[in-house]
Amino acid sequence: MLIVAYQSMLQIALLIIGGLVFIAVLTSLADNLIQIEAKKSGIDTVNTNMSIWPSFGSLFKPATPNFTTASNFHKLRKGHDIKLEGQPEGSVDSNMVSRYSVRPQNFRGNAPIPKMLVEVGSEVKAGEPLFFDKQSPDIKYVAPVSGEVIEIRRGAKRSIVDVVILADKDQKHHLSDTPNLSDISREDLIKYLQSSGAWSMLVQRPFGLVADPSITPRDIFVSAFDTGPLAPDPSLALTGRSGDLQEGINVLSKLTDGQVYLSGNKAISTHLSGVDNADIHYFDGPHPAGNVGIQIHHIKPIKGADVVWTMSIDDVLTLGNLVTTGKYEPRRIVSIGGKVKQPKYVETLQGANVGELLSNQLEEDNIRIIAGDILSGKAVTNDDFLNANDDQITVIKEGNYNEPFGWLLPIKPRPSVSNTFPNFLFPDLTFDVDSNTHGEERAFVVTGQYEKMLPMDIYPQHLMKAIMTGNIERMEGLGINELLEEDIALAEFSCTSKQPLQSILRDGLDMLREQL
Amino acid sequence: MGLLDFFKKIEPDKKKSPVLHTLFDAVFTFAYSPDSVTKGGVHVRDGMDLKRTMIHVVIAMQFCYLFGTYNIGHQHFIALGEHVGFLEGFHLKLAYGLIKLLPIFIVSNVIGLGIEIYFAAKKGHSVEEGFLVSGALIPLIMPPDIPMWILIVSVAFAVIIGKEAFGGTGMNIWNIALLARVFVFFAYPTTISGDEVWVSGFEKVAEGFSPEYGWAHGLFDTLFGWMGLTTFNPGASIVDGFTGATPLSLATKGGWEAVTQVYTEGQMWWGAIPGSIGETSKPLIIIGALILVATGVGSWRIMLSMLIGAVVMAMLLNAWGATPFMTVPWYAQFYMGSFFFAMAFMATDPVTASSTNIGKWIYGFLIGFIGMIVRVMNPAYPEGWMLAILFLNTFAPLIDHYVLEANMKKRLQSA
Repeated sequence: MLIVAYQSMLQIALLIIGGLVFIAVLTSLADNLIQIEAKKSGIDTVNTNMSIWPSFGSLFKPATPNFTTASNFHKLRKGHDIKLEGQPEGSVDSNMVSRYSVRPQNFRGNAPIPKMLVEVGSEVKAGEPLFFDKQSPDIKYVAPVSGEVIEIRRGAKRSIVDVVILADKDQKHHLSDTPNLSDISREDLIKYLQSSGAWSMLVQRPFGLVADPSITPRDIFVSAFDTGPLAPDPSLALTGRSGDLQEGINVLSKLTDGQVYLSGNKAISTHLSGVDNADIHYFDGPHPAGNVGIQIHHIKPIKGADVVWTMSIDDVLTLGNLVTTGKYEPRRIVSIGGKVKQPKYVETLQGANVGELLSNQLEEDNIRIIAGDILSGKAVTNDDFLNANDDQITVIKEGNYNEPFGWLLPIKPRPSVSNTFPNFLFPDLTFDVDSNTHGEERAFVVTGQYEKMLPMDIYPQHLMKAIMTGNIERMEGLGINELLEEDIALAEFSCTSKQPLQSILRDGLDMLREQL
Repeated sequence: MGLLDFFKKIEPDKKKSPVLHTLFDAVFTFAYSPDSVTKGGVHVRDGMDLKRTMIHVVIAMQFCYLFGTYNIGHQHFIALGEHVGFLEGFHLKLAYGLIKLLPIFIVSNVIGLGIEIYFAAKKGHSVEEGFLVSGALIPLIMPPDIPMWILIVSVAFAVIIGKEAFGGTGMNIWNIALLARVFVFFAYPTTISGDEVWVSGFEKVAEGFSPEYGWAHGLFDTLFGWMGLTTFNPGASIVDGFTGATPLSLATKGGWEAVTQVYTEGQMWWGAIPGSIGETSKPLIIIGALILVATGVGSWRIMLSMLIGAVVMAMLLNAWGATPFMTVPWYAQFYMGSFFFAMAFMATDPVTASSTNIGKWIYGFLIGFIGMIVRVMNPAYPEGWMLAILFLNTFAPLIDHYVLEANMKKRLQSA
């Protein structure tokens, strides 16, 4: 009985398939005739779709927004936005912090003890050199403000951690000449940037080092926005500074034989659309779409021995300002968010004191202050200073409590990428987070999890295993050169086994660098 | 925080009694999530951890447990010709099932966890959660009448040789639960294959044999007697013509017609047939599979590709049609045997499966494809998923190797 029914089913299925094939043949014949006709009448059949079918790509590609072209628009689906409570909104306060620091350890690749040019008690102007690295004495690291050097803080093994400057009430600038960009040679420009302090803002990938002046990078990449948790609104820094942006880009374009790539998102398209000398790309998607490493991968990935440079958007503006006015003035619009009384934006300068920025902002004692975001920032105290590239302070609660059945029946909502939490039903929910690990460290068990958090053609878990086993060839093959800690941070957040991916990756990068 | 204080008070010394401390740690972290905070790297961690991942697999299996327990009793009474309707004699079937299942569950977990705790204490780390799932899976894939000593030996073999020898949870090559089963399969084949082993409670499944009841049944009898319910009947005997043959063994001999003479499609689909404890009810397993897919704990890629692989092979075998089993319509293959259980809970084990997404497609497809060949063409044992999954477990690293090689080649080539 069943077999009979099955056979008649088979016959009907064959008939239906035959009918479909017949229709398909007829329509494709008609389609071809239309295209032949279109060619005869001289219509461009490559770029306009003359077929009766929609083109395959257009069906699945996301619609390109009207401010850019399809080739410069990247829609990323992987990743995750961690939404936290305490996002600052509204206007920017100006807060003249009294103490600033330049932190030698922010500049990767240098020796831990730089050669100091100042000592405690020295008076410096903004833009005057403070120290340099013995390996590359031409690259000067300069003061962000004018004032008196009041402290040189040392860390482990006598390394220098902070060069603290007490700022003057009235800022005095060490004015450098403004170069004529149209006829300056690349060598002269490099010399100018090195002595004015701007060179230290260039970051070299792979490894994230201070750029090597003897190398001509393939391309230079700038990301104009940040998608991280509680990141500042990118349009704040750009508003009213289109001249600085253009000048900064002009300088960068002199440093590479390739292209300067500037990436933004929809919110800042009006700020970027008029910029010349750069190829402007737009990204749409959750964090880490704003990371320059992800953007490089989608625009023009680092392969083989490629070397590219990157610069943060704040530094590009500082650079633009420097070459037009001669003043080194590294402005930062810092977002102060999370568990604070009043989340807000503060305009200040590079390396400002954390405690002064947070004055009257803290509510409780059992908290953690993070310079940067919750994914790759550093835990600091009130006495510490922001790093060179930090433009946010996040305050969260410490999570040193035991939670009954916390793994099974959590009492409080917490961010998660897992669908075992009902979070996916409430996409706009913001979380009050703490630093609890929510579980213990385990071996790698779950697979496919990191891939969902990293919009790159990379297998992060296998890369981590290659690093742990010290397999250099495999590390390179699996794309370690395309990554820095910030790119893998979201995967570390989501890791079920609570593995320290960022520090594993840094071990791998250091291991690889030693081989060179 | 009374309980928390109590835990803190009884915490054994880690140096003096490491095994006790490991046991304490396992129980404590079960009751309370630890108060550890992030150091370096990210400052906030996802709420997901390995315990939560594993418990969702166990939750997804609960329907199989409920049905499996009842079905042990149901098959027992079918053999006796008593309470033939599915819901008749409900209390007896449930009591009978519990008497069979509970010892299996307790023994496999005590042995498995005991070994885990011992090794964890020896290595000086906390107990990893892998056995939470293995310990829940092993009872579901054993025949109800498995002798306890065989169960103990097989679980010990699987955990020591299959897992601890490789370095513990996350390092094993083969699925632990299947390793326990395959150990029984090769070492004591008569306890896990053939027609007789799937119906429990008889010395031999043949006409005239009476059930063997013990003190536990007597206890329930007293209880049921007080409540005025029917009791176990030690005088009953197996009815004429009852063989206990599973649909698969019938299909080997006589194709789909032989199967449908004994069982209806509804019986096979809903699971009122003899078989391993938890594998018979397809809809309940599919609910479990959907839970795993919806929560993202199980890989839908493996499940889907395994289904595709099995369908393709079943169709090819239909086209060949050399033996009665090959002529069983391809869709009817899914009424019989443990395909869905293997798909939902065995193939998706993340440790032993392929770890790349492309690899998962290949891995799942080959399990479905090869498993169906083993089921239909194997002369001795008409089921293939256990062997196919263990086979592909062995090759999963190789599949990943080629997927990664392709990725590396792409990166290095265009340099």
